[in-house]
Order: sequence, then C-alpha cells, then structure tokens
Amino acid sequence: MKKRYLIILVFLLAWAGMPSLAEDDVFRVAALMPSAINDLAFSQSMYDGLTAVQNALGEEAFQFAVQDSTYIVDDAAVALRDWAASGDYQLVIAHGSQYGPIVEELASEFPDVSFAWGTRQDTFGLDNVYSYAAASDEGGYFNGVLAAHLTESRVIGLVGPIEVGDGKLYADGFANGVASVDPDIDVNIVFIGSFSDVPLATEAAETHIANGADILTGTAQMVVGPIAAALENDVRWFGSDSSQDELSGDIGVAFQIYKWDVLLLDMISKIGEGNLGGEYYVLTLANEGLVMEFDQDFEISDELMAVAEATIAGIVSGDIAPIPAVEEDMAEESED
Amino acid sequence: MELDAIFTASVFASAIRLATPYIFAALGETFAQRSGVLNLGVDGMMLMGAFTGFYAVFITQQEGTLSEPLSLLFGVLIALIVGGLMGLAMAFVSVTLQAKQGISGIGVYLFGLGLSELLFQQWVGTPKSVSGFPRITFPILSDIPVLGEIFFHHNLLVYVAFALVPISAFVLNRTTFGLMIRAVGQNPEAADAMGVSVARVRYATTTIGGMLAGLAGASLSIALINLFQQNLTAGQGFIAVALVYFGGWRPWAVAAGAMLFSFVNALQLQIKVIGLDIPSEFAVMAPYVITIIALVFASKRQEQPTALTKPYERGE
Repeated sequence: MKKRYLIILVFLLAWAGMPSLAEDDVFRVAALMPSAINDLAFSQSMYDGLTAVQNALGEEAFQFAVQDSTYIVDDAAVALRDWAASGDYQLVIAHGSQYGPIVEELASEFPDVSFAWGTRQDTFGLDNVYSYAAASDEGGYFNGVLAAHLTESRVIGLVGPIEVGDGKLYADGFANGVASVDPDIDVNIVFIGSFSDVPLATEAAETHIANGADILTGTAQMVVGPIAAALENDVRWFGSDSSQDELSGDIGVAFQIYKWDVLLLDMISKIGEGNLGGEYYVLTLANEGLVMEFDQDFEISDELMAVAEATIAGIVSGDIAPIPAVEEDMAEESED
Repeated sequence: MELDAIFTASVFASAIRLATPYIFAALGETFAQRSGVLNLGVDGMMLMGAFTGFYAVFITQQEGTLSEPLSLLFGVLIALIVGGLMGLAMAFVSVTLQAKQGISGIGVYLFGLGLSELLFQQWVGTPKSVSGFPRITFPILSDIPVLGEIFFHHNLLVYVAFALVPISAFVLNRTTFGLMIRAVGQNPEAADAMGVSVARVRYATTTIGGMLAGLAGASLSIALINLFQQNLTAGQGFIAVALVYFGGWRPWAVAAGAMLFSFVNALQLQIKVIGLDIPSEFAVMAPYVITIIALVFASKRQEQPTALTKPYERGE
C-alpha cells in the first residue's frame, strides 16, 4: 500500500515539476549545434548569442537548452523532433545548413512550433520557419583590405571548410577586399571539404605557409588547426564567426563576430506577436549583427585604423559592395 | 603549369607529417590483427591518447611543474598508458568475454569519442595550445637542398613513427614473439597445442595496438597541431584500420599505404593552393579514391590472418 502512495507521490511531483507554457511567461528556446559551444567559431557564436539574449531579457523571462556537437544529422533529427513534440519550447533552432531538410519536415508536422535554421535564406514557404544567414562577405572584405595592407610576401592563404554558405561568402569577400587594395597580391584559397577535420586544415595552413603566405585566414570550427600553424610559424591570423583572441596569441589581427542576438531578439518579439515564421534574416555590419573586433595584442597604426574605419563606413553606406552580385541579390530579395 | 610547382619538397614533407599518426595507429592495428583481433576502436583510443597526452602537457606547462622536454615526454607516457589501458579493455571484451569484435570495437570507439569530449569540456573548456615537440634541425643534413626540407625538418615523433616500421617488421617476422603472434592469428588451435597461450598473446597485441593508437593521437595533439579539440582525429583511426588491409598485414606495406594516402592528400592541398583549376570536391575525394583502388589490387595479393575476428576457446 505504501508503495502505491509512493508511486502516486512521485508522479505528482514529476507532474508539478514539468514546465508548462501556459503557466509562466518564460520564453524557452532549444538550439541544436553541429560542434561544441566553445569551438571559437560557428557554434560558439550562436551560444554567445543566446547568452546575450538571456542577459538582455533576464533569466526569469528567457531560458534556453542546447545540444551541441551534433554533427550526425540523424541524431539531430531525433533531438529536434523531441523538442518540437514536447511543447516546452516556443522556438527550436537548428544551427547548421545541413539540418534544413529536417526542419522542413518537422515544421510541417508541428505548425504551432516556431523553427529557425541557418545559414540559408530559405523558409521553405512555411509560416512557422525563420531562416537566417550572415553577410560574411562583409567581414571577409574588411579582413581582406587589412591583410592586403599588412602582407609583405604578397601571398595570403585562406583555409575554408566546404565551398558553400557563409564560408564561401567569406572567402569571396576576402579575395575581393585584397584585390581592392592590390589585385596583384596572391590569395590562395583551399576548401578542405570538411568542417571538422582539424589535422587536414592544419596541413592546408602549412601548405600555404610553404608557398610563401605570411598571412592566414579561415572560417568554421576546424580553424583552430590553422591558428596553431600560424602560431607555430609566426604568421598573422584573421578570423571569422567568433573572437579567436584567446587562442591566437600575438598573431591575431581582426575577427568578424556573428551577433546572432540581434536577430534572435527580433524573432522572439515577432513570435510573441503570433508571427511564427515566414521571414529570413541576414546579419550585416549595418544592422550590427556583424561586428569587427581587433585582437587585443594587435597594435594597429593610425593609418591602418583609418583604412579600417573607412572600409566599414563604405560597406555600411553601400558604397562598397564586397561581392556585387550578392549585394544585388539581397536587395532584390528584400524588395520581394 | 610546370610539374615542379606541384611536386615541391614541401609536398613530400607534408606527406611525411600527415602519415605519422596513420603509421603509429596502423602498425598497432597490424599487431592486433595478425593475432586475430580486429580492433575497430582505434579512433577512440587515438582520441583518448590525444586528449590525455595533451592534458598532461597542458597542465605541467601551465603550472611549470616540469621542464618543456619532460612535460612532452610525460604527455607521451600518459598517452601510451591510456591507450594501453583501452587496448586492455578491448582485449578483455573480445578475448575473455569473446564478444563480437566489430561491435566491441565500435563500442570502444564511441567510449573514447564521448569520454575525450567530456573530459575536454570539464577540464579545459575552449581550445588552447601547448608548446609541442619542436621541429628538429640536424647540422648539415637539414641544410641539404630539397632532401633537407623533406626529411630533416620534422619533430621527434615523426622519426619515432618511421623507426617503428622496421622494428615492427623485425618483431613480427624475426622474433619468437612475432612467430607466436602469427601462429595465433593463423591457427590458434595449433599454437595452443604447441603451448602458446592464445589469450595472452592476443592481450599483448591488443594492448600494444592501444598504446600505439594512443601515441598516434598524441602525435596530433602535442607534436603536429599542438592543441586538442573534440573529435580531433576526424576518423583517422578508421583509415588506419583500412591501411592494415591495404598493406596486407605487413608493416612495410602498411607504412607505404599510409604514405600513399598522405601524399595524395598533400598533393591535393598543393594543387588547390597553387590554383590549378580542379573542382575542390574532386581533389578532396582523390586520396580516398586512389586508396580504394589500390586496396582492391592489394587485397587480391594478400590473405588475411585466418583467425581474424574469431574468438578462440580451447576444445571448440
């Protein structure tokens, strides 16, 4: 008899402890990421964004759950489905373009849950899907301009993951930035075909250095390898996605930082008004979703600072188009 | 585009660096497989070796408890011990408990993957670099044009890996222990009848395999990259297992396979750096495609150890 009471008591306690959307005003987000939340790159940028939102709204108003290092898409599908089915979260984020097909499927199945995914500009025509991207070509262009001013060997190396998405945008913007200063500077670009193969990325960086590069740059979470190679060979480093100041020591120059909180705050506000999706966001320097930061150890000259400020001003005003075709496409899509 | 822009000394040097972890891991796996144990947990052992070796160096350098050379040797020792313990665990599961080797190997891999990630998150946090094994400069030899850059500008663990190739071949082919390994892998009943302990030999080879896998991981985290990140090996342990088949269970051929795979990898990087107009997807695929083609031809020449993957129980 006692055992039965105990079971009932446990059940009641569990039921009482379950979060319920109807009972409180807390906005709950669940976010899935392909790599670690401290990867100094893509996943960390989203984690930092969620943390910034929590700091802005307060823990009593905003809470989030994260599952990181989910590079196996099938595992991601299970987690996303569980979150959507639980009814505990107003917004489910799939932070990685590889999760797109899963989001499309789940969003149709759970029309009352808002989904967000990136980095792509595609909501699949669904009213409960937000998508997001970063105009990483802007930071790439900025870094390229500075790199062109700093290179002495006139050879610069870029290590990218896969030739798609914001990695490709960054590479194209970077190359254009260098060319805007001096088109005769060589920008050697290697896409290693992986977001996570640190050993191969490291060797790609070593290959750049062997071919004369005195400046390296790159995107995605495997850039910790190239940063280590740059440190070993005393070669300057330009980064993207998150600040890599902590790892890059005295060889870091500038980093493009994704401030996802800018779009998350707007998204949360819209979901609160009943708009569950159907829009896409692009982080830019103009909307302050992209921020350029210098490495703390880098001593920038007044001349180079003037160049940096002029470049940002030019991009924000539209006088500089890091990749002309992309800027035009974005403008057309915004009008649509 | 001239060929000398593609086949530079740095490409060959890069191939040697890239081959180092494969050689360690594949030689260790060769010992295990020659005795009849297929260890698919190599990658997990590499990850644990990579993390623990890195962490030992990170802590001792940060706290200044050991000088830099001693700290690095301590890291190597820890990686060997941890890899060896994981090899021992694999042996216990596959030899004593006689579990299916493929499944238990995958279990060991997942254990190594998860535990290395967990410990990294708990003890280190974000990627941090250490002062790894420095590149050695040999008087006169390092200054020889072309050859100096290819062969005499590497760190200590690179030379250790290549030195292990003839040592492994010697042990397997010219020593009593090697004869016992081969006998146990080829005909465990006959070896048992001759008084050789099949279980003891398999325990020894799987532990040696684990130690070398741990060292393979450490060669990444404290010699070639000098930091640790989750899943640092990116599946290199599985390539190492394939290289054992490629090399027909012979250390020289296994090392040759590692060099071929690494050379094509280094070559595809060089081709992209110098801007040859080849789609990056083709270049990325090239090392795997060429290795698979070579594997097809190699597998026709060699026969695997007869008792590979088969648990042994006296009297069965």
